[in-house]
Amino acid sequence: MLAKRIIACLDVRDGHVVKGVQFEELRSAGDPAALARRYNVEGIDELVILDVTATLERRRALAQTVGAVARELFIPLTVGGGIRGEADAAAAIEHGADKVSLNTAALTDPSLITLLAARYGSQAVIVAIDAKREGSGFAVYARSGTSAAARDAVEWAREAADRGAGEILLTSIDRDGTKAGFDCEITSQVAQAVPIPVIASGGAGTYEHFVDVFTEGCADAALAASIFHFAEHSVRGLKEHLREHAIPVRL
Amino acid sequence: MIALIDYGAGNLTSVRKAFAAVDAPLASPLVPDDLREASALIVPGVGHFGATRSLEGAWRAAIEERLANGALLLGICLGMQWLFAGSTEAPDVPGLGRLAGRCDRLDDLGGMLKVPHVGWNALSMTRPSRLLEGVPDGTYVYFTHSYAAPVSGDTAATTEHGRVFASVVESGPLMGVQFHPEKSGDAGLTILRNFVRLAERRPC
Repeated sequence: MLAKRIIACLDVRDGHVVKGVQFEELRSAGDPAALARRYNVEGIDELVILDVTATLERRRALAQTVGAVARELFIPLTVGGGIRGEADAAAAIEHGADKVSLNTAALTDPSLITLLAARYGSQAVIVAIDAKREGSGFAVYARSGTSAAARDAVEWAREAADRGAGEILLTSIDRDGTKAGFDCEITSQVAQAVPIPVIASGGAGTYEHFVDVFTEGCADAALAASIFHFAEHSVRGLKEHLREHAIPVRL
Repeated sequence: MIALIDYGAGNLTSVRKAFAAVDAPLASPLVPDDLREASALIVPGVGHFGATRSLEGAWRAAIEERLANGALLLGICLGMQWLFAGSTEAPDVPGLGRLAGRCDRLDDLGGMLKVPHVGWNALSMTRPSRLLEGVPDGTYVYFTHSYAAPVSGDTAATTEHGRVFASVVESGPLMGVQFHPEKSGDAGLTILRNFVRLAERRPC
């Protein structure tokens, strides 16, 4: 049976792993390659390296960090943040990324999804959607959550899948960094609207939150950063907890 | 020499890095003639079966010539599917046709499952296999695909997603894995190491 995936996200700025609360107040969590190594030993299923400041500061993803991680780890590696076009995606993939995560660039030019899917395959293209509750719906935000994209999250996820995206990485801006739990409502809405896997992100604080997002939220994978970085919880402990709750995991 | 055949179906950086990690750097033949020295061939690939059209003609002839002379072949993902007669994904494109049957789309069971099948799933061993030596039954490996090969006598392991499909095949010098050993952690590296060892043991 296909396992639910646990994905660790390394939010990287200037070569260091940082993690913010609701995208602000970044605090340092260490060396990305060292953290990646630790997670791999603990049984993480996948890694995402996110250049959290790239879009704002107009920088490309951190080639050196990506190269260092890809040289020694043989699990899927995604690079996001600052993938503005074909050249940035090509650079990330050449340095060892298996997938690139598009956010603002896909909103600005949705044809980029199709272009990259044709070149590298859909499995290499993740569309990241940052969503915020607005009224009864969920609005999409661009540029690291700072500007409203005037799009509905469910509708945008559908379009991204139609255009060739292989997976959706859905982050709740309201929950990000709060440790209050994933937003299961938006996650299940998107997961049921698209035929491709949905990775839930934002709000992981306890093992039970992951049980919630895999059952109530219908997520195919869950991504977390700060819960693992500061050794409050281990990947292995989480997976054992999930298995006790009859959720299939790779252990 | 182990040759990695790049026919334009996806990025091969990860495959190269993984073989480098098991001390077996891969040669990169530019033209089919470059295969003459190869004791083993890797046919990788992700994406649409139609991409294997690039293997038709001179590449196919060179691959068949090598197989006739005792070379081993490992097909990865789309490269494994190519060993079969073909795929419903591109019905007009013939596969190598060395393994019986055609690849077909996975069933989402009326929306119960996601297709593509993306993520870690278990191998269920069907018979002893040189490629899977040291890999326990039930080991999880990383998949990403929408089409899959039928189970037959050539199947060494199966996996289930909507239906049971062949996730590892082994028939004489032909081997194939539907998953990505280069992305399957330690288990994946063990499989690549097994292949390299078999390739090095070929008669001169």
